[in-house]
Amino acid sequence: MSKNIKLDSKIPAGELSQKWTQYRSSVPLVNPANKRNLEIIVVGTGLAGSSAAATLAEMGYKVKAFCFQDSPRRAHSIAAQGGINAAKNYQNDGDSVYRLFYDTIKGGDYRAREANVHRLAEVSTSIIDQCVAQGVPFAREYGGTLSNRSFGGTQVQRTFYAAGQTGQQLLLGAYQALERQVGLGNVKMYSRHEMLDVVVVDGKARGIIARNLITGELERHFGHAVLLCTGGYGNVFYLSTNAMGSNVTAGWKAHKAGALFGNPCFTQIHPTCIPVSGHYQSKLTLMSESLRNDGRIWVPKSKDDNRHPNDIPEEDRDYYLERRYPAFGNLVPRDVASRAAKERCDAGYGVGSSKMAVYLDFRYNMINKYGRAEASRLNIENPDEATLLQLGKEVAKEQYGNLFDMYKQITDEDPYEVPMRIYPAVHYTMGGLWVDYELMTNIPGLYALGEANFSDHGANRLGASALMQGLADGYFVIPYTIGSYLSNEIRTKSIPTDSDEFAAAENKVRERLQQLLSINGTQTVESFHRRLGLIMWDKCGMSRSEEGLKQAIAEIRALRDEFWKDARVPGTMDSFNPELEKAGRVADFLELGELMCIDALERNESCGGHFREEYQTEEGEAKRDDDNYMVVSAWEYKEGNAWELHKEPLVYENIKIAQRSYK
Amino acid sequence: MSNSNMNLKLKVWRQQNAKDEGHFEDYTVQASPDMSFLEMFDVLNEQLITEGKNPVAFDHDCREGICGMCSMVINGRPHGPKQGVTTCQLHMRSFSDGDTIVVEPWRSNAFPVIRDLSVNRSAFDRIIASGGYVSVNTGNAVDANATLIPKETADEAFEAATCIGCGACVSACKNASAMLFVGAKVTQLSLLPQGQAEASKRVVAMVNQMDAEGFGACTNTGACSAECPKQIPLSVIATLNREYIKAKLKGY
Ligand SMILES: Cc1cc2nc3c(=O)[nH]c(=O)nc-3n(C[C@H](O)[C@H](O)[C@H](O)COP(=O)(O)OP(=O)(O)OC[C@H]3O[C@@H](n4cnc5c(N)ncnc54)[C@H](O)[C@@H]3O)c2cc1C
Ligand code: SF4
Ligand code: FES
Repeated sequence: MSKNIKLDSKIPAGELSQKWTQYRSSVPLVNPANKRNLEIIVVGTGLAGSSAAATLAEMGYKVKAFCFQDSPRRAHSIAAQGGINAAKNYQNDGDSVYRLFYDTIKGGDYRAREANVHRLAEVSTSIIDQCVAQGVPFAREYGGTLSNRSFGGTQVQRTFYAAGQTGQQLLLGAYQALERQVGLGNVKMYSRHEMLDVVVVDGKARGIIARNLITGELERHFGHAVLLCTGGYGNVFYLSTNAMGSNVTAGWKAHKAGALFGNPCFTQIHPTCIPVSGHYQSKLTLMSESLRNDGRIWVPKSKDDNRHPNDIPEEDRDYYLERRYPAFGNLVPRDVASRAAKERCDAGYGVGSSKMAVYLDFRYNMINKYGRAEASRLNIENPDEATLLQLGKEVAKEQYGNLFDMYKQITDEDPYEVPMRIYPAVHYTMGGLWVDYELMTNIPGLYALGEANFSDHGANRLGASALMQGLADGYFVIPYTIGSYLSNEIRTKSIPTDSDEFAAAENKVRERLQQLLSINGTQTVESFHRRLGLIMWDKCGMSRSEEGLKQAIAEIRALRDEFWKDARVPGTMDSFNPELEKAGRVADFLELGELMCIDALERNESCGGHFREEYQTEEGEAKRDDDNYMVVSAWEYKEGNAWELHKEPLVYENIKIAQRSYK
Repeated sequence: MSNSNMNLKLKVWRQQNAKDEGHFEDYTVQASPDMSFLEMFDVLNEQLITEGKNPVAFDHDCREGICGMCSMVINGRPHGPKQGVTTCQLHMRSFSDGDTIVVEPWRSNAFPVIRDLSVNRSAFDRIIASGGYVSVNTGNAVDANATLIPKETADEAFEAATCIGCGACVSACKNASAMLFVGAKVTQLSLLPQGQAEASKRVVAMVNQMDAEGFGACTNTGACSAECPKQIPLSVIATLNREYIKAKLKGY
């Protein structure tokens, strides 16, 4: 371990359930007069960034917020569908803060920090209160109370939702809070700006270099602290459910400036996505996990059963999740469901023309669950199956209308009539910048929030927990923890942006952009991205092996060399140039991809979404190695794409470690 | 999987920057019916880059109809010929082999062109900043179930809240009015008890800002709602007018 890096997770002492309360009442405060003199840069306006920027501005700090889209409201969080968890126990089904904490640690296959996760579960309830107060129109029951549904990996109903558009409604709430502060002059918003480096002065993060994407101008911005709320890096796989612009650049620049990258190989492959249909495909579309509340997953019992799915009788269907995992059935966690789908398809039981898909079928519950309930509500006696189906469809429409419509748009098939065809796809990255309990990276003054950090989900995230984490970080955690740092910064005057450090950082950014433009090769950036994605998906995707990972590392290095020799980036630096933006992001993915493979290779175990073929139980489940790998792998960047590994041991004092079982 | 079996002619608006006059350019491209409209543009752009030409700039991000970023006028209609979908959700199966397709940016003085098909919609953000929120600081909230809201009201508020801020309504309107966009937000917040306290202040501030941004007046043509990808109903404009008059009568 290199001498100068000390991994201190800063977990407060005391009993687990008291840590956060005690921390909050003892963390140093910054008085209101001083807050007005402290400037905070927030990069990213998704759930994490918008909520942080709005709250910090409400508290009196001077905030500058950045996003690369044309409006903060368009951050990728807007696309989240199914819901957000909170330990409200409104359904009186035995939920509690401890149970949410426990489910999250177990779901993450015992690779997340206890203290962080417990805090997350504690603040979850305040999030729902805050959002309702902002006017977020969550789904409600006829009596006027909030409605809940179930998500995978849990046996309670704790997920709050707004049809299949929960992320949209939560983000609009946070965005409106942010715009209110913009209107009041407390936040200055920089849309269509891309952060291209962090500026470190005397070992502390003091600002960023951002490119105005309309004019191409490079700008220097000072801040007493810098918050990266820049989302996940699933697009390293090219095809993913992420928005097209989602990228790793902000986090990667921070990494190259010294911030450690935690568990880079922990990737979530979501089981229910619309399968790939052609080589031109630019992204994959998620069908929310909430659909597994009512959709049953199956494949035919015999290979090459070419009958129409509705004509295949019950006895010829294999509801393989219900068969393998009777306790959780269709609601097993994502990693388990994805691998099970892959197993069936690899064994030759897949459906559709590519045979790389399974059915997600709503018919049973439309008839038996919703149809019957509606029939009895409407006092229809002895309804026939057609009536039940019709009634059930109405309810399905209310619950999932936009998802069903989206499915039909893309596939030209009507899921009210025929089962959906689905297959796993890259969805989320549990890995990210290493942060301590205060959400600070190992660079003082540089923080990471939301999907951009590695902190709360271990090796597998449970559904509806990313929205919870983003808003927890932004509304309820950073507003306290940042005081611990800024209370010592009240004497720091604004650092002029004509200092050497700012000039050097800007020059570095300019040189890299010029380098990209001057390659002047023959192949499009898109084509490199596509090739990188294939390597990652084949060798660092749903299952990984030593041999495959070694090959992938060599292939990525070669591809990166080829990119810098033969990519073609058209246009100029000093104008609106989306191809140049893309080129910078793909160049960073070409470096990140290698680190992900190195991390996957180093982790000689299977856990959560990280499945190494060499390490599995006889039944094909992930086999952990707690003796050697109950650690966070935090990678330090060294000049010339080399890395040094630091390990943070994970200590479980409140949870009994067990082999995860959903049977 | 279908192959590339459609030959299309495209007439695409090209404009260097806000000051440039702009003009149409013609292209031919091969597409497959399963492609999305934007994937067809990806193919065109890869073709242009390989030929050493400048690709067409267009806005997009989520490609699933929710971020509101994509914004093309296709054959004279914002988001194209299909009702209730965004440009990114439009698939080539809505067109036929041999078609000529005309593609332009949103047109409105309040949405200046940045380049080609990309426009600047920051006016919408400023309208929201003027009052499109509930003034509640973090930490001030009561328990979420303390206020009961009838399901019907919540559903209606949700329907209005599904606006994605794309601006198609403005582009579709001969007066470039933003009433549907503003009406959607005003309706959502005025239906909910949480939005009541500042309902009057909100509606007046938002309408003032809308006027200041240079959006036109509403003459009840209804093109906005007809072209809105989220099918925001015209009734939100009636609600907006009602709330506005109510506020004015109260002296706001
Ligand atoms: C289709 C889909 C559905 C999902 N559904 C759910 C769900 O139902 N429940 C759930 O809990 N989770 C869900 N998730 C996951 C969840 O949506 C995300 O993890 C979460 O929204 C991430 O929020 P964030 O604030 O961390 O980042 P994002 O929302 O990704 O925001 C990133 C922000 O950073 C900005 N940014 C990035 N880089 C730069 C840069 N270099 N310079 C300037 N700005 C930059 C962007 O402009 C953007 O504003 C879903 C994810 C997907 C893909
Ligand atoms: S009202 Fe409809 S058309 Fe107008 S911005 Fe909203 S979603 Fe777009
Ligand atoms: S790209 Fe997001 S709505 Fe079309």
